[in-house]
Amino acid sequence: MPDLLLELFSEEIPARMQRGAMENLKKLVTDKLVDAGLTYDGAKAFATPRRIALAVHGLPARQPDRREEKKGPRVGAPDQAVQGFLKSAGLKSIGEAKVQPDKKGDFYFAVIERKGRPAAEVIAEIIPEVVRAFPWPKSMRWGARSAQRAAFQPGAFQASAFQTGPLHWVRPLHSILCTFGPETEEPEIVKFEIDGIKAGDITHGHRVHAPGPIKVKRLEDYLTKLHAAKVVPDPDRRKATILADAKDLALAQGLDLVEDEGLLEEVAGLVEWPVVLIGSFDAAFLGIPPEVIRATIRNNQKCFVLRTPSTSPLVGEVGAKRREGGGAASTTNSPGPPPPTPPHKGEGSRLANKFITVANQEATDGGEAIKAGNARVIRARLSDAKFFWEQDRKKRLEERLPKLKEIVFHEKLGTQAERVERIARLAKELAPIVKADPQKAEQAARLAKADLVTDMVGEFPELQGTMGKYYALAEGIDPEVAAAIEEHYKPQGPSDRVPTAPVSIAVALADKIDVLVGFNAAGEIPTGSRDPYGLRRAELGVIRILETNSIKLDIREVIEKHYIHFAIRLASTDQEFATELAKRSLSQEVLQDENFSTRWEQELLHKAAASWSFAYANESILNLGERLIVQLRARGIPYDVVEAVISLGFPDRPVLANPLLAIRRVEALGKFLDTDDGKNLLVGYRRAANILRDEEKKDKRSYAGEPDPKLLQAPEEKALAAAISKVEQEVDAAIKREDFAAAMTAIAKLRAPVDAFFEKVTVNAEDKALRENRLKLLDRIRAATRTVADFSRIEG
Amino acid sequence: MTDSPELSPKRSFQGLILALQTFWAEQGCVILQPYDMEMGAGTFHPATTLRALGPKPWKAAYVQPSRRPKDGRYGENPNRLQHYYQFQAILKPSPDDIQELYLRSLAKIGIDQKLHDIRFVEDDWESPTLGASGLGWECWCDGMEVSQFTYFQQVAGFECAPVSGELTYGLERLAMYVQGVENVFDLNFNGREGKDKVTYGDVFKQAEQEFSRFNFEFADTEMLFRHFKDAEDECKRLLAAGDKGKRHEMALPAYDQCIKASHAFNLLDARGVISVTERQSFILRVRELAKACGAAWLKTEGGGA
Repeated sequence: MPDLLLELFSEEIPARMQRGAMENLKKLVTDKLVDAGLTYDGAKAFATPRRIALAVHGLPARQPDRREEKKGPRVGAPDQAVQGFLKSAGLKSIGEAKVQPDKKGDFYFAVIERKGRPAAEVIAEIIPEVVRAFPWPKSMRWGARSAQRAAFQPGAFQASAFQTGPLHWVRPLHSILCTFGPETEEPEIVKFEIDGIKAGDITHGHRVHAPGPIKVKRLEDYLTKLHAAKVVPDPDRRKATILADAKDLALAQGLDLVEDEGLLEEVAGLVEWPVVLIGSFDAAFLGIPPEVIRATIRNNQKCFVLRTPSTSPLVGEVGAKRREGGGAASTTNSPGPPPPTPPHKGEGSRLANKFITVANQEATDGGEAIKAGNARVIRARLSDAKFFWEQDRKKRLEERLPKLKEIVFHEKLGTQAERVERIARLAKELAPIVKADPQKAEQAARLAKADLVTDMVGEFPELQGTMGKYYALAEGIDPEVAAAIEEHYKPQGPSDRVPTAPVSIAVALADKIDVLVGFNAAGEIPTGSRDPYGLRRAELGVIRILETNSIKLDIREVIEKHYIHFAIRLASTDQEFATELAKRSLSQEVLQDENFSTRWEQELLHKAAASWSFAYANESILNLGERLIVQLRARGIPYDVVEAVISLGFPDRPVLANPLLAIRRVEALGKFLDTDDGKNLLVGYRRAANILRDEEKKDKRSYAGEPDPKLLQAPEEKALAAAISKVEQEVDAAIKREDFAAAMTAIAKLRAPVDAFFEKVTVNAEDKALRENRLKLLDRIRAATRTVADFSRIEG
Repeated sequence: MTDSPELSPKRSFQGLILALQTFWAEQGCVILQPYDMEMGAGTFHPATTLRALGPKPWKAAYVQPSRRPKDGRYGENPNRLQHYYQFQAILKPSPDDIQELYLRSLAKIGIDQKLHDIRFVEDDWESPTLGASGLGWECWCDGMEVSQFTYFQQVAGFECAPVSGELTYGLERLAMYVQGVENVFDLNFNGREGKDKVTYGDVFKQAEQEFSRFNFEFADTEMLFRHFKDAEDECKRLLAAGDKGKRHEMALPAYDQCIKASHAFNLLDARGVISVTERQSFILRVRELAKACGAAWLKTEGGGA
């Protein structure tokens, strides 16, 4: 079985694009091969800074023959139609066509035999199509051929319109290698040409070590020869080499490598032949916060940092404070202290004055000049960072606040200063609920964004919050407040730590609620995978903070108040919004009142804002529900079980308004449905619901309402009626005490009477009054289960 | 070029400039002198901005003093200057071996690829004021950015056809590296030693101090706002007056006014009198001028009309 080898050799491909390019090349080529009837055994893609490559193994030498029938016009159709058919079917005369009858009469049919073509010929068509339409995130033109401007449309980079125009590629494409042939024979070059570049069997090695042309036959040959030419085509092998060598070098110094998958992936995309080197910087720089050192060395120099092994007793001052904050979390209203946040990997150790750089070659001096050069740049960078660190501390965070008025947060949501104002109000309001000192919460919220206008955060935006904490501690601000400045951004992602200190919780919740309310009100709703303002992250953050800290909070009320606040502010600056608000919430009569503008100021605005906010708050609550479904599904709870609980209570008293209680109820329900009682009750519920559905439809009426006790005849129906009343009371009481397990135990008591009822009692009795009464009893089963969950949502 | 040891690129700043000039002259570039106006980068030189437009081939190299008023540090920062030199090479259309040419130019100034790690790291370039953008890299030598390498895709809002390759060398940085000094002011300028030695600081430190004062404290902002407006008006007037339908007769003088407006804006920005929102609108105004000048240039002989 023949193999295909393809390599597209270019100037340096951005590291971040290599992985995607590999995957796209593999998918696009193999999809087209399969579409053309060329199935294969396996395919593997490669990428280095200067090439993307693909090997497809086990292809047939030619396409299978294909036979196709093409239906033509009716016998006796006008000549024009017949001629058209002959042309399209490739027939010389109508005598070559068959005649077959169908329902509408006799029709011509042409049988077209498509001879399978040699695979190489098909590949020669496929590859240029893939290359020309390759989905690079950004691509370009270059060289003399870029003088033709024919089909180029700015912005339409990937349009297939320029299939014939100048080639676009991520960076200038220099050569194409494409061979095809069976293992045992000399493979042939697949003949095609793209924008003046002819496919051949030549590649090139490492730019410094082996720049000359290398003739290649097939994959094994390609890998062997490239290895000899100091190129490792497989990015995962380069990553493995870098990681292993870096760890070894660290170990030799008695240090640990601070692992960094993102950096590793990037660095592996910057080298064809990784050579790992270790260098050092002046230990005096270790006085700068470790986050800053790491950001400097990582972002600017793409080097790794090292730390002392974690058994070392040394702990940074700030690390100690963080734990102090964590300990105070037991004051939240959870029954016991929250589970301690697991320590960060490497906490308790500190950075070493070393770095690891990955060079792209074996330098003749063993890498001494490269190390020295990198050390020099790192020294300059750390000097800058040290300068910022010293400079920034000369100004108190408080003094920076006026500058926030100049930063537009979002066109409709005002400046950062306005945002801080809103968060501060909300944090103060939330503080008592989460057992935080309201003054501290307000202070932390006011200072939370001040570091955005420091030089350090200007240089390293990812240090927002972290720098605020350091600067706050440096000016002697309360450690709880300082910790909250850092932690109010948390949790950022699923693996990020959730704040547990009360002040941090208050500010973090306020920050997130402001985001989810503000952007929802501004109509910046996430679509598909796009969530540019982090709404979903904020929603998930709220849920995680409440759950982790066992905070029972009617979040809907908080959200609704924040919406009102927003609506009133927005109405004063945005006339369009004000008009919309008035139209949506007020009657025609009121709108046409001659005193409208006076009344608007005095009362109507608030009324309109309140009604608008009620609707929006429920929308936000529903969004929280979406996040909850995703979150709980990750724990193995199916979405229908979640929905059965969180759909309850809308619009006035949604269960979801208190996310913590909703989660606990979902968990209890999930456990219950796994028991025999649960499963059987569900069966009984469904039976009742199905009968009711059918009968209600047939009779065009509802059977809601109390059954008449006097009409209860069979002992089983009497028992069921009694059980329902008792169970309902028990469930209600259990839910009031938030004991959801007890609620489930109570509802389980319905199982036996329901089963007995269905076994012995005929619902559709001859006697109409009896039938009605039994249907009402079924409705009571349905109603009783709703005190726990909406069983109709649960799928079979 | 002379073989005198003082002019080795490893010993003198001027030797490094001369080596680059000689190298690019050998590649057939016209060696231009700096444009006689204040500008933020070598790209603003009409030999790059305007010549990158239109179909005519063009190869040039030159040193351009670059003024970045905001980067002034009163001569106290070892790496930052409000006035520094860029060496610029522009090759249109971009030759297929332009990367090789670049690496050879580094070898000429003493950066041996067998010893040093040269890397091309993604860095797409964009100049909002010029309405220009391109794809390319920042070139690293042992982790230090020493050049900017760009394939122009668009200039003054027009697609480049053909595409030019632009190489911008940060001369001070390169010189610091090859001379092995930590402070820009310690660079040996003329390659002599002892009493004959002239350092970069001897030549420029006073200027850095005085211009930092000017840029940050004393430049007359009212006058600068006026100059911006005057340059803008004059640019528009020249563009209108020179427009003869299919031809344009004053694209170059109009573009000079665009450069002027841009520099006035940079000074105002350094003085901190432009708010965030105003900033955007100033940039937009300069871009409109640049676009109109580009359109005018395309109607001249140099622009291929």
